[in-house]
Amino acid sequence: MSTEAPTLTKKDFQSDQEVRWCPGCGDYAILSAVQQVFPELGIPREKFVVVSGIGCSSRFPYYMNTYGFHTIHGRAPAVATGLKLARPDLEVWIATGDGDAMSIGGNHLIHTLRRNVGVKILMFNNRIYGLTKGQYSPTSELGKKTKSTPTGSVDYPFNPLSLAIGSGATFIARSVDIFQQHLKETLRRAARHQGTAFVEIYQNCNIFNDHAFTYMTEKEVKDDATLYLEHGKPMVFGKNRDKGIRMRGTEMEVIELGKGLSADDCLVWDETLENPATSFLVAQLLPPKFPTPIGVLRSVDEQTYESRVVEQIEAAVEKKGPGKLEELLYSGDLWTVHADHSIS
Amino acid sequence: MSTTVAEKERSGEPVAPQKLEDVVIRFAGDSGDGIQLTGTQFSNTSALFGNDLSTLPDFPAEIRAPQGTLPGVSAFQVRIADYDIHTPGDAPDVLVAMNPAALKKELEDLKANGVIIVNTDEFNARNLARAGDAKSPLEDGSLAKFRVFQVALGTMTRRALEGSGLDNKSQERCKNFFALGMVYWLFSRPLEPTVDYLKKNFAKKPELADANIKVMKAGWNFCDITGLFQVRYEVPPAAMEAGIYRNIHGNSALSLGLVAASRRSGLPLFLGAYPITPASDVLHQLSGYKSFGVTTFQAEDEIAAMCAAIGAAFGGALAATTTSGPGIALKSEAMNLALTVELPVVICDIQRGGPSTGLPTKTEQSDLLQVMFGRNGESPLPVIAAASPKDCFDAAIEACRIALKHMVPVVLLSDGYIANGSEPWKLPRIEDLPDLRREFRTDPEGFTPYVRDPETLARAWAIPGTPGLEHRIGGIEKEDVTGNVSYDPHNHEHMVHLRADKVARIADDVPELAVHGDPQGGDLLVLGWGSTLGSITGAVNLARKDGLAVSRAHLRYLNPFPRNLGEVLARFERVLVPEMNLGQLAMLLRARYLKDVITLSKVQGRPFARHEVYDEIHRILEPKHVH
Repeated sequence: MSTEAPTLTKKDFQSDQEVRWCPGCGDYAILSAVQQVFPELGIPREKFVVVSGIGCSSRFPYYMNTYGFHTIHGRAPAVATGLKLARPDLEVWIATGDGDAMSIGGNHLIHTLRRNVGVKILMFNNRIYGLTKGQYSPTSELGKKTKSTPTGSVDYPFNPLSLAIGSGATFIARSVDIFQQHLKETLRRAARHQGTAFVEIYQNCNIFNDHAFTYMTEKEVKDDATLYLEHGKPMVFGKNRDKGIRMRGTEMEVIELGKGLSADDCLVWDETLENPATSFLVAQLLPPKFPTPIGVLRSVDEQTYESRVVEQIEAAVEKKGPGKLEELLYSGDLWTVHADHSIS
Repeated sequence: MSTTVAEKERSGEPVAPQKLEDVVIRFAGDSGDGIQLTGTQFSNTSALFGNDLSTLPDFPAEIRAPQGTLPGVSAFQVRIADYDIHTPGDAPDVLVAMNPAALKKELEDLKANGVIIVNTDEFNARNLARAGDAKSPLEDGSLAKFRVFQVALGTMTRRALEGSGLDNKSQERCKNFFALGMVYWLFSRPLEPTVDYLKKNFAKKPELADANIKVMKAGWNFCDITGLFQVRYEVPPAAMEAGIYRNIHGNSALSLGLVAASRRSGLPLFLGAYPITPASDVLHQLSGYKSFGVTTFQAEDEIAAMCAAIGAAFGGALAATTTSGPGIALKSEAMNLALTVELPVVICDIQRGGPSTGLPTKTEQSDLLQVMFGRNGESPLPVIAAASPKDCFDAAIEACRIALKHMVPVVLLSDGYIANGSEPWKLPRIEDLPDLRREFRTDPEGFTPYVRDPETLARAWAIPGTPGLEHRIGGIEKEDVTGNVSYDPHNHEHMVHLRADKVARIADDVPELAVHGDPQGGDLLVLGWGSTLGSITGAVNLARKDGLAVSRAHLRYLNPFPRNLGEVLARFERVLVPEMNLGQLAMLLRARYLKDVITLSKVQGRPFARHEVYDEIHRILEPKHVH
């Protein structure tokens, strides 16, 4: 019998640093969820590394009593990739935001996703730049008035889930800061995934973009405005479970159940489809016409980047034997100069 | 007309090749002519023969520049000698020109009475026009001061391959081997090394190996039978130090140095890199060393390459990144991150002509100030420079040694000249290589992220996965010792000084600067760094033979400077600093030592010729003799 790892608790993952987010910030809820889920995973604490970039979200590592690396703006996925390649044994999580991941770090994000590096990316999306005090972000809605767009933003926003699908991500999910149970379950799912897990977390910035998500988080509207994706179950939603999503041609539509239509007419959600087209359609479900989908949009198994790299190294060692430095240096066309200057 | 070698041989007269101490040969042709391969073959054969040698490849940035044009000319210069040489030579003795453009572009440097072997097949109206010649230089008398040998290389090659079954295009591609065979004959070189090379490298296409071998032998026989050259030369082997040698390029030596450092430290090597000229060969070579546990990561951009190296260093790998000047510009912010979190990363800058895209395939030493200062805040980094192709091996090991021992990112400067140039390398004994082992921190007792070695100020390296040492690092200012985020004004000032002090203390860990010539001082010191070593050494040796009181010293360590540098500078009346930039080291020396050094600048994408440094020494010491 192997010795049991000591049981860890949330407290074990709380660092001694004072948490310095604004009172009421959605980041607190995300921190709490992560600190609750990590001890459940059965992984020794020293194996966790939280890597971040720059922004409010990226202060995250300081508050986690794990190994942590607060890097530079947008580069967390690149640092994490190097770390994971050097140390595939580690459990590497990235905390990032919509500006950090989608704007300055967009390149690293898409390449990490396409390579399927075994890291978890938690992207806190508050649709605003918080730490720089309130400029619009790549996920801010068209027309948004901010400090840098006094007459409204003229940028079309990114849809982070669509971007992740387009980049070939193998695990894509969305949750919301205040939906604690859902968020924790989503984190558990991400933790179990072998490749890159991309989780968009709607997070309220109560200082610069308050109420950004109340259209779907307020108690009265929540059930009608939210679509919980559950694998193998029909896509039904609504306070009275009286609405559903079905395919019409190549598009999705909302149907009202009960008038000759039932849950059987709804699309049965399948997050494991190899073809990401359906996931893409779900990612495109936007309010007000559609409920906002939350849950797992895609979960497929592909070999991870680091394991392919390790495999090639192991194959080379297997084939050639472990490299010997002397043989390497003393290779190619050699000649010997003897003490009498003769050459052979 | 004197009797030819062939006639002499036929008459039974002994034919002794004329002995030369030293010869410079330049092969030049279109970028598709196989010039680099031809030059490399001649160099390798000469190395195996025992000559000292030095090479200077010079090729366009375009993969296939417009055929027959001046910008499309690819050249390879090699100097072989029977004594210890330092440079690929100032002026060729022999020029092999495969077309009018090559002749036109490379002629300027050829010595008077030099040999030109020219491929007449290409001297048609179209190619002359492409080279911008109204009349053929072969006919207008403009080559009168040279010894011109006109050979229809293409025609001869096709004749040699009659009945081979190869198509015209493939036949045409063999013509560089006809030229090589001729040059082998002229310099009494054996053909076997190239025959072996062709058989090995064209093992899957034996018909091409056979064709090239046949053509090369035809070139040799052509000279032997026709007596074309009338004379034949020999450059005897150099009296080199006893040992086992191989010919090595700078980028190859750098790659091997990184692998050696990995082995000597016991840490797996991680290379994060983005393709860039002239550094990519290091990425290529290390990608082939998987059986040495080397991980190469071709990143999405320069920034990611640097950041991945930082991540790997955090995880406990020997981490490196390779790039050139434009890549350093992109990596700057991440270099500063490595500096502030105090992780060991070796940043190799294989410099090229700048600014911006500049001259990608040409050499320059103009990134010194960029790597010294091109970052935000007070950001001192150790900087060292390799001085020759083989020295890239030792310099790479030294960069790793400093990085690991002092827990700092280290910049290693090389440049296109030594990266692509080659020279014989006396192979080191493995046991003579430095021991780079260092321990990771495992003891939680008294651990904090910035607990330091009192001597070097290096912080402890505590890698993820170690129980009880969980900690956070980051680019935001930290309190010394505890590593907690701190905005305290006095702590910041303390940390700025500490980071500077940490780098400054490396001076205690590196050798003093050695002066060659008159260590006690004198009229003139020629002080160089990096790839100017060969030209400076050659020039100073020559000037000393003239009786001039000139000495030289060469800086491997550019930050921190060797601890005795100020004192060395003070011993000399004047100091000359040749640099392939506008005076970047000179600026540092003036700032640091208030010494009014003299700059000799060259920014032509080409290394200094020995005579350029030599002439400057004369100008300074004997102004009246120079016109």
